[in-house]
Amino acid sequence: MALEAASEWAVQTEGLRKTFGHVSVLRDINLKIPNHHSATIVGPNGAGKTTLLRILATLTRPSAGRVWVDGLDLHDWGTQACRRIGFASHQLMLYLDLSPQENLRFYGRMYGVPDLEPRIAELLAQVGLGGRRNDPVRTLSRGMQQRLSLARAILHDPSVVLLDEPYTGLDPRAADALSTLLRGLLAQGRTVLMTTHDLARGAEMADQVLVLVAGQVTFQVRTADLSPQELRELYDQHVAPTAPSREGLPLQRRTEDRP
Amino acid sequence: MNKPGYAWLPWLIGLTALSIVVSVCLVFVYVPTERVMGPVQRIFYYHVPSAWVGFLAFFVACLAGGAYLARREIRWDMLQAASDEIGVLFSTIALVSGSLWARPIWNTWWTWDPRLTTTLVMWLYYVVTLMLRGTVESEERRARFHAVLNIVGFINVPLVFLAIRLWRSIHPVLFTSEGFALEPSMLLTLGVCLLAFTLLYACLLALRVRAQGLEHRLLELRQLASLPESEAKGETL
Amino acid sequence: MSFWRGALAIVAKDATAELRSKETLSAMLVFALLVVVIFNFSFELRVDNVRQIAPGVLWVAFAFAGVLGLNRSFVLEREGGCIEGLMLTPVDRGVIYLGKFLGNVLFMLVTEAIILPIFAALFDAPVANPLLWLIMLLGTIGLAAVGTLFAAMAVSTRAREIMLPLLLFPVSVPVLIAATKATAQVMDGAGPTAAAPWLRLLLAFDLIFTTVAFLGFEYVLEE
Repeated sequence: MALEAASEWAVQTEGLRKTFGHVSVLRDINLKIPNHHSATIVGPNGAGKTTLLRILATLTRPSAGRVWVDGLDLHDWGTQACRRIGFASHQLMLYLDLSPQENLRFYGRMYGVPDLEPRIAELLAQVGLGGRRNDPVRTLSRGMQQRLSLARAILHDPSVVLLDEPYTGLDPRAADALSTLLRGLLAQGRTVLMTTHDLARGAEMADQVLVLVAGQVTFQVRTADLSPQELRELYDQHVAPTAPSREGLPLQRRTEDRP
Repeated sequence: MNKPGYAWLPWLIGLTALSIVVSVCLVFVYVPTERVMGPVQRIFYYHVPSAWVGFLAFFVACLAGGAYLARREIRWDMLQAASDEIGVLFSTIALVSGSLWARPIWNTWWTWDPRLTTTLVMWLYYVVTLMLRGTVESEERRARFHAVLNIVGFINVPLVFLAIRLWRSIHPVLFTSEGFALEPSMLLTLGVCLLAFTLLYACLLALRVRAQGLEHRLLELRQLASLPESEAKGETL
Repeated sequence: MSFWRGALAIVAKDATAELRSKETLSAMLVFALLVVVIFNFSFELRVDNVRQIAPGVLWVAFAFAGVLGLNRSFVLEREGGCIEGLMLTPVDRGVIYLGKFLGNVLFMLVTEAIILPIFAALFDAPVANPLLWLIMLLGTIGLAAVGTLFAAMAVSTRAREIMLPLLLFPVSVPVLIAATKATAQVMDGAGPTAAAPWLRLLLAFDLIFTTVAFLGFEYVLEE
């Protein structure tokens, strides 16, 4: 089996489904995100955004369907794909007793990053943590910890960067700083896929916006084609009426479906 | 796990009932009283099969666990859970009967006989394993963990047995479980009881797995019913 | 080989974190010390020759302290979602097991080395014996082999840390029996031949369960 599939797609899924027990969280997702692109997935709570991202990051296995990241089928080449994927979520994945330097050094060793020490210095400078490089992560502010987590995510030079709700909990200045950082990543030729509640921010950063509702992609649009207002209207249209409550409907209502 | 699969169950129950009746007749009427130990020795005919079924159940659970990890089908999880439950049940019977037997004969509630002690250690382990099921919410994770525990648990059985036997062989055992010679009539009775208990195990296992299957289906239906129509349309009821 | 690089990176990380906080080792040491002192104290009141129960006390102390260490090694990973951080790295799950396992063995051996002289003083037991150290090594490996696997499971349950000792003790019965008996023989002056059957049992246990746990670890970690 060839390791590389010729691929213009950074991320591709086919018939992706995920169920937890009997609850379907993702149904029949067919994604195609081109290389060097940035895409934002928006949607209401419970839509499945985090689950989708975790599957792309190899942390969760799909119940059905196929997933390729950077040309690699995650089912067979999951471990190798990890080298090319960077993932950051609200879970920091940082060791609180260690310093930023030590955290990055550990992850650098695990990923087999060459020229580790210069790379760490460069990254810490890039995220503005150079001055606190030797302080335990426990002593850093939440914003700093998040920046370090992002540094951890891109330490090994991944071609695909997955970010789960990166803007949550950031004040406007920190959010601006993050946007600058992400633009830098895009300029370096990476693909950035993020989920967010904040439609405005997400659209601002992205080439494409996808709306995920109840486990399905209800629409997909290039941000260049629409004004922010039009985008907002489209979003409200798709999300509000069809966002169902998951409270019980009485079983009797289904009489017409019975054979 | 729906109606079709269990057509053979009534036959199995019938056969089990029959073999139990026969075993009772053999144990209490046919087989002669053992000379040295007296009537109490008859416990032996239920004590040994209980212990045997306990280990059989844990072995089946181990295989079912392996099958689950390989296939990821929930029915293997149901089988492993049911088998462990029944294994604990029969191990309890073995331990209690062993105790009741030891008291009048050797004037002690516990003998450090290797087989009995191994049963005790296994009993402790599988009770905790069943407890663990209640502390994991995700069905898939629960099944996975239980499978790993079943496999590790059973691989450990021979090692535990060897360790205890080695220990007891250095300090000569003061009493053994078999302080008597087995005559043909005793062998027959033991054999029938063994068969009866094994059939009983199979019965209980089938009933328990079927019950679990129904519980599972009920849960499934509940969850499907609570979804809005647009989502449920694609699902089969 | 990246296999060992990954495992050793994990050990180095755990050791560095521990040197910084010193929480785990101090807890293990205090606990082991408590066990040794309390048992010594309570049996002095009744038994003429405490030396007889000494091997059992030693291994009870090691086992309980070990459980503490095993638990903490995964609690710290759980904090901050670091287990997922590990799963994101391009290493086989077995490498993660190996790293945690070696780290646990290291912490347990350090604790045992410190406790040993104190134990020797209280129980008047001869401990300057390489054969004894071999038994300690083999016994510790046995406890850590299964303990690392079980600890990874235990921290993912609602009952958290209490699950680990409940699951571990029945499984480690062969280790505890073999280690205690061998220790007793060595303390009574017996040579390698007498202790051989116990050592063989320990070795068998170690080999079997290190392999089983190594292979089974991926089933415990996946999501």
